[in-house]
Amino acid sequence: MNDPWHTLRRFTQARIAQGIVGCSLPTSALLDFQLSHAAARDAVNHPWDVDSFLGGINTLGLEALCLSTQTKSREQYLQRPDKGRCLDELSRQVLYSRNKEQIDVVLIMTNGLSSVAMDSHGLLLLEAITVAYKSSSLRLGPVCVVPNGRVALADEIGALLNARLSVIIVGERPGLSAADSLGVYMTYAPRIGNTDAGRNCISNIRHPDGLSYRAAAIKLDYLSHQSLQHKHSGIVLKDDMPQHLLD
Amino acid sequence: MNYFATVRGKGFNFRDLRTLMAKASPMRSADVLAGLAADSEVERAVAQRLLAEVPLRQFLEEPLIPPEIDEVSQLILDQHDTLAFAPIAGLTVGEFRDWLLADTSDLSRLSAGLTPEMVAAVCKIMRNQDLIAVARRCRVVTRFRNTIGLPGRLSTRLQPNHPTDDPRGIAASILDGLLYGSGDAVIGINPATDNLGNVHTLLTLLDEIINLYKIPTQSCVLTHVTTSMELMRRGAPVDLVFQSIAGTEAANRSFGINLAMLREAKAMAESVGRNRFGSNLMYFETGQGSALSANAHHGVDAQTCEARAYAVAREFSPLLVNTVVGFIGPEYLYDGKQIIRSGLEDHFCGKLLGLPMGCDICYTNHAEADQNDMDNLLTLLGVAGCNFIMGIPGADDVMLAYQSTSFHDALYLRQVLGLKPAPEFEAWLEQMGIFDGQNRLAGSRTVTPLLSNFHGLSGALS
Repeated sequence: MNDPWHTLRRFTQARIAQGIVGCSLPTSALLDFQLSHAAARDAVNHPWDVDSFLGGINTLGLEALCLSTQTKSREQYLQRPDKGRCLDELSRQVLYSRNKEQIDVVLIMTNGLSSVAMDSHGLLLLEAITVAYKSSSLRLGPVCVVPNGRVALADEIGALLNARLSVIIVGERPGLSAADSLGVYMTYAPRIGNTDAGRNCISNIRHPDGLSYRAAAIKLDYLSHQSLQHKHSGIVLKDDMPQHLLD
Repeated sequence: MNYFATVRGKGFNFRDLRTLMAKASPMRSADVLAGLAADSEVERAVAQRLLAEVPLRQFLEEPLIPPEIDEVSQLILDQHDTLAFAPIAGLTVGEFRDWLLADTSDLSRLSAGLTPEMVAAVCKIMRNQDLIAVARRCRVVTRFRNTIGLPGRLSTRLQPNHPTDDPRGIAASILDGLLYGSGDAVIGINPATDNLGNVHTLLTLLDEIINLYKIPTQSCVLTHVTTSMELMRRGAPVDLVFQSIAGTEAANRSFGINLAMLREAKAMAESVGRNRFGSNLMYFETGQGSALSANAHHGVDAQTCEARAYAVAREFSPLLVNTVVGFIGPEYLYDGKQIIRSGLEDHFCGKLLGLPMGCDICYTNHAEADQNDMDNLLTLLGVAGCNFIMGIPGADDVMLAYQSTSFHDALYLRQVLGLKPAPEFEAWLEQMGIFDGQNRLAGSRTVTPLLSNFHGLSGALS
C-alpha cells in the first residue's frame, strides 16, 4: 500500500509515503497511528522512579538534591501548571539554609511530561553536560531533582541558590513517533517572574533519532558562556555557534 | 459599571465588564485555571443574558485593560473606525448577534468598525452553527505567489518538520506533501534550533525547491522575528516573516516582541520586496491561553485575549494568521469539545475582524482528544470557509510532538466539500501531473518529474 517513494523514510521518522485509499489512510497505516497514540497517552502517566534516578546521579560522582513542587498528584500536575512552577515550603527551606557557595550554573532535572525520557536519557545527558562544563571550569551547584516540575521552576531554584545561570532539563511531551525526548531551558539571572523571552531552549534530545547528548551538551556549554559573557539570555542571545564545534 | 440580575430568586452580581465577559464564556480549562470562569452553569447563563444587554458602545467606553498600561488596548482604540461602526452603533451585543445572522451582505466593510472585545462578546452568545454561518460570509483574500482565501478554495500549510532539522528529512516530507497536493498557503518549517546558520540553510533549501519547480507558493521558517530580521540583513531568502503574537502588551513582552519591533520587521520585508503584490508579508500564529501562560491576562478571559491578538495581527496585513488551537495542552483546552469550540470561535472572530484565518486543528497527547475530534473540527471549519489548514505527514509532527491534520485530511475535505487549492497552485498541480483536472489526485502522479528529480533537489541532499 506504500507509495513508491517509501525509501525516503530512511531520512525521517515522519509518516511519509503511506499510500492512500480513496482520500484516506490504508487500514494498516491507520491502525499503526492508533497504536502509537495509545502508547503516547500511556507514556504521559508513566511513573518516575526518583530514588533510582538519584542513585544514578551519585554514581556519576555528583551531589544530588531531591526537591518537591507544590504538585500533589500527576493528575493535578497536568491541570495546574502554576503548582509545578513553585517549590513546596520544605524544599524552599532546604535551599535557603544551604551555605551560599559561588555557583555559575545550577542544573535541575524533572520528568515533566515524560518520565520515560528522563529514565532513558537523563543520566547520559547529565554526564555529557558535566563533561562539557568541566572542560570550561564552570562551577556547578547540586543537581536538583524535582518530580512534576514546569520550566519556570528553574527561576525559583536558581534564585534561591543565587546561581548566575539556571538550567532545567525536562521530559518533553510524548509524541507519536517518540515518547522519550528531553528539552533543556537556560535562563540568565534566574528570578521569579522571568518570562520565556529570557530563556534559550535546546529540544528533541534523544538517542538515536533526535539531537545527540554530546551535541546538546556542546550547544549548552556554548550558550552558557555566551550568556555569562553578555549577561543576558533568551531572544536577545542569538545562537551563532559555528558548526565546527560539533566536529 | 456594575452588572446585576436576579434570576429565580437569586441575585447575581458582576463587578465589571471584564468579569461579565469571563463568566459568560463557554466553559474551558484556561478560565478555570485563571480563576475567572463562572462558578455554576446558571451563573454562566445569567452572565450571557446580561452580556447580551450591553450596548456595543460600552466596549469603547470601558476598556477591559486600560490603554495607559497596554499598547494593544491603545492600538484597538486607535484602529476603531467610527464610520464603519455607524450601521451597528446603536445595537446591544444581543441585537448584534441577530443583525449578523439576519444580514446576508458581505461583512468585510464592517471589520474596521469592530473592536476585538465586541467580536469576543457576541461570540460568547453564539452557538457553533452561528459561528460557522457568519464566518462563511467573511471572505478575506491575500496574495503572494498565489491567491489565498477565494470562495470555494482551501489552502494548506505544508509543515515538514524534522527533530534535528536534517535537510534530507525535511525535503522528503516536502516531496510527500507536494505529491499529495499540499503546500499552497506556505511551506513552513518549525526549526528544532534557532541557530542562525541552521535557519539560513533551511531558508535556502525552501527557496531552491520553490525555484527549481516554479511552485506558486511561498516559504517560511518559523523563527523569532528578530532572527528573521538578522537573516534578512545577511541576505537570506525570507519570503514571510513569522511571529507568535498575543493579545496583551505583557504577553507579547514574554514573546520578546512589541508593536514597534513588528513594524520594523515588516518594513524590512517590504524593502527586500519578494512579494510583487506588496503588503502581505507576515505570518502570525496565535492560540487561546497564551496570555494566561505568560501570566499576562489582566483578568481577561482566554477567548477575549485571543481576539485582542487579532487587533495586533490586522495592523500588519498578514498573508496568513493561524490559530494553533489545541497546541499548548489540557490546562488551557481540556478536551475535544473545548478545542472544537475554541477553533470555531477563533476563526469567527478573526474573520469578522478582517483576517485571513487558518487553523492548526490539533491536540497534544496529554489532552482528552483524538483524531476523531480533529475530523469534526476539520469538517466544521471547511464549511465555515477557513482559509487554510495544516498538512503534516500522517498528521504526526515528529518534532513538535503533537497531532494535527494530514495531507490526506485536506484531500478528504476537498472531496466532501468540493474545495480546490489556490488557483495558481491548482494549475501547477495539474501541470505536474499530481492532480487530474477534477480536483483529485491523478493516478499517474508517481511519474511526475518532481519524483524523478528528487535527488537533484538540493546540494544538501547529496
